[in-house]
Amino acid sequence: MGLTGIQIFKLLPKTNCKECGSPTCLAFAMALAGGKAELDKCPYVSDEAKATLSEASAPPIRGVVIGTGDKAKKVGEELVFYRHEKTFLNPTAIACLVTDAMDDAEVDAKIDNLNNVQFERVGLTLEADLLAVRCVSGDAGKFEALVKKALGATEKGLIIMADDFAALEAGAKAASGKGALLYAATADNCDQVAALAKETGASVVAKGASIEEVADFTGKIVSGGVKDIVIDAGARDIKSMFYNDNQIRRAALKAKNRDLGFPTIDLVCDMTDDPYKEAMLASLAIAKYGAIVVMSDIDKERMLPLFVQRLNIYTDPQRPMVMDEGIYEINKPGPDSPVIITTNFALTYFIVAAEIEASRVPTWLLIMDVEGMSVLTAWSAGKFVADAMAPFVVKSGIRDKINHNKIIIPGYVAQISGEFQEELGSDWEVVIGTREASDIPAFLKAL
Amino acid sequence: MAFSALTEKYSGKMGTLTFGSGDQAITVGGQAAMPFCTFDGEIPNKPIVAMEVYDVVDPEWPAAVVDPFKDVINDPIAWAKKNIDEYGAKAICLQLASTDPNGENKSADYAAELVSKMIEAISVPLVVWGSGNVEKDAEVLSKICEVNEGKNLLIGPAVEENYKKIAAACLGYGHNVVSQSPIDVNMAKQMNILISNLGLPMDKIIMEPSTGALGYGVEYSYSVMERISLAALAQNDEKMQCPITNDLGKECWKAREVKLTEEEEPAFGPDLEKRGVLWEAITGFDMLLAGSNLLIMRNPKAVKLVEECIDELLA
Ligand code: B12
Ligand code: SF4
Repeated sequence: MGLTGIQIFKLLPKTNCKECGSPTCLAFAMALAGGKAELDKCPYVSDEAKATLSEASAPPIRGVVIGTGDKAKKVGEELVFYRHEKTFLNPTAIACLVTDAMDDAEVDAKIDNLNNVQFERVGLTLEADLLAVRCVSGDAGKFEALVKKALGATEKGLIIMADDFAALEAGAKAASGKGALLYAATADNCDQVAALAKETGASVVAKGASIEEVADFTGKIVSGGVKDIVIDAGARDIKSMFYNDNQIRRAALKAKNRDLGFPTIDLVCDMTDDPYKEAMLASLAIAKYGAIVVMSDIDKERMLPLFVQRLNIYTDPQRPMVMDEGIYEINKPGPDSPVIITTNFALTYFIVAAEIEASRVPTWLLIMDVEGMSVLTAWSAGKFVADAMAPFVVKSGIRDKINHNKIIIPGYVAQISGEFQEELGSDWEVVIGTREASDIPAFLKAL
Repeated sequence: MAFSALTEKYSGKMGTLTFGSGDQAITVGGQAAMPFCTFDGEIPNKPIVAMEVYDVVDPEWPAAVVDPFKDVINDPIAWAKKNIDEYGAKAICLQLASTDPNGENKSADYAAELVSKMIEAISVPLVVWGSGNVEKDAEVLSKICEVNEGKNLLIGPAVEENYKKIAAACLGYGHNVVSQSPIDVNMAKQMNILISNLGLPMDKIIMEPSTGALGYGVEYSYSVMERISLAALAQNDEKMQCPITNDLGKECWKAREVKLTEEEEPAFGPDLEKRGVLWEAITGFDMLLAGSNLLIMRNPKAVKLVEECIDELLA
């Protein structure tokens, strides 16, 4: 909330009736300023005060939701420049472009990729988010048909793109009520496009040749009744894209510039024909403040690195990514395959699993829940220690899958081997592994 | 509310480091702004990519790594020349994998001689990287320093357990050192302090924050580097003003996402080259965006993509 306790206090009834649960209006104001109370708790606050307070508490960058239902995607609402300050909140939406100049087969193939290219990682499904449908024919009827087709072919949100207003209108009406994003309102037609967006329940891209130009008319769109705006400040090369996304975020967060307090869209599909270069531009958008990035295709080989990058950049730096506790099978293990134990810190898991995989030695990997800490951190915290590990190993049921009694522990916790052996009893033999995961292949092969 | 550009002025700036000698020397660092924010302050030296060559190659390397160097892969010097002549390498990083005691365990003398030959043969600055074995690196790298006195090489990695020997050799024989620390801002600073206490000036130290590839800890490297950069610029913390390097080629190319074929993992798609090149290029780009001054990379196409982005962003 942008106001101080005293500023808020001035807007309250000052009757100290206590109905809000606070002893005085001032106490309530202080709690509000600290984010510890909700304004609704005071039944007597005036509508005018409500408006002022909600205006002041609106996020500096508006959150915009595109699409409806399960696949609806929210962008914006970011609060910081660096991910160590506070987690980045709404991961960059990745959109796939189709146009009415493409033949059916091409459109189908792209939509198919958008719907189906996905990867599982740390229990999450990584996938693209939006379909951008662009009119290049200038033919409103043709474009409307493509939008209708798109609506039937994907549940993901649509970006409806047409320079010609008649085409935009036909497309927007076809997708009425679907939470589409209309591209675009310009300085010349923003009143008209805002009215169309309001009528069809859509959000709007404000497009100009520069940040200055866009800042000039976003206010008009808001006055037209549409608050959900996304900005395209005209960048069509990497340097201006970097500049625009950076400066628009600064304007919103530092200068509290309401005219620029919106997420941005980067049309990297229009910046290059080279798929590799396009991926680099998309990776820039993901790292440096692009909220939506429109790409020419959602192919597996480019999306794998981009989705993983996005996952990495947008994770909470304070809270590690974790794996589920359990038995992981690597390289199709059998009863005589070795058993390795490590922690459920996703990074530890990925590194260890990758090395085991590379060794091609069939192996059982036991992942123990230690609240996502690395081997040594978990050991120091008293979580990856003998008396916790032994019951886990027994409970895991691994013993039923093997015909031997060896369990390999990370070399960094060699010091627990004696105690671990004792806790497990003579049923088991504890083997000390290497310290670094990179030495695991040689170690496994030599077993 | 109209728009007016906002700029950040910092009280500090990153130090520089120069490696190589004569007119082929390269200077990195010196920026007074966060990465590519030329609108905030001067970025006098472009980040550089040093292209890797190995003195022994893992037979498991995927084709996308091997193919560009097929003809020279068993000859690090020919490989370095190919990187320079054909792929435009601005610097070379010799990875001394063969000295690893868990591998071929080649001697310090062998390594020192190879480095001498390499210096003779190439026209760009040289980075020399040990196998990562703490004890062996101390022996091998200090020998290399001695035998190649005055060549102003960049030598590493020096870590908490072996920095004394390596940094002292760099000081004694006129080289620069890579100060490696485990993804931690305070430990990075601590290492710089320890090394400079030995007498090596700050402009002969470059930091390596233990780079993680995409999917393997890139986010930790990224945030540590942003925090180091901000400490150097905004807080003017002199002990954080060494430029940053990232040894990322080897991290990227061992990722399962790069190695697995479509048969092994259908979700990943058939084009291994595209996957691998982008895995490395995007990791490299992330490191640049977080403050790297010197990337160590492997695949020529990935290098070219990254260099193009550097050139265009700093144009
Ligand atoms: C980041 C970090 C943290 C983060 C936690 C991040 C996390 N999710 O775990 C935070 C800040 C929370 C933290 C806290 C603490 N930490 Co801490 N932390 C680190 C740091 C810098 C990196 C850890 C990391 O991410 N490693 C990467 C992962 C992938 O490594 P890994 O799990 O060990 O896996 C590797 C190997 O073990 C091997 N491997 C893994 N499994 C297996 C299995 C087999 C069979 C084999 C063969 C190999 C193998 O493969 C991996 C790659 O090689 C280390 C320093 C370091 N050098 O490790 C200190 C470190 C682990 N922390 C340490 C300590 C003491 C702590 C604290 C107690 C207090 C403190 N000083 O901060 C607390 C404890 C937490 C608590 N709640 O009580 C010490 C431990 C000292 C010791 N020798 O035991 C370390 C070593 C730092 C130090 N030098 O003082 N820490
Ligand atoms: S309910 Fe409203 S008027 Fe009553 S004490 Fe709380 S803030 Fe004051």
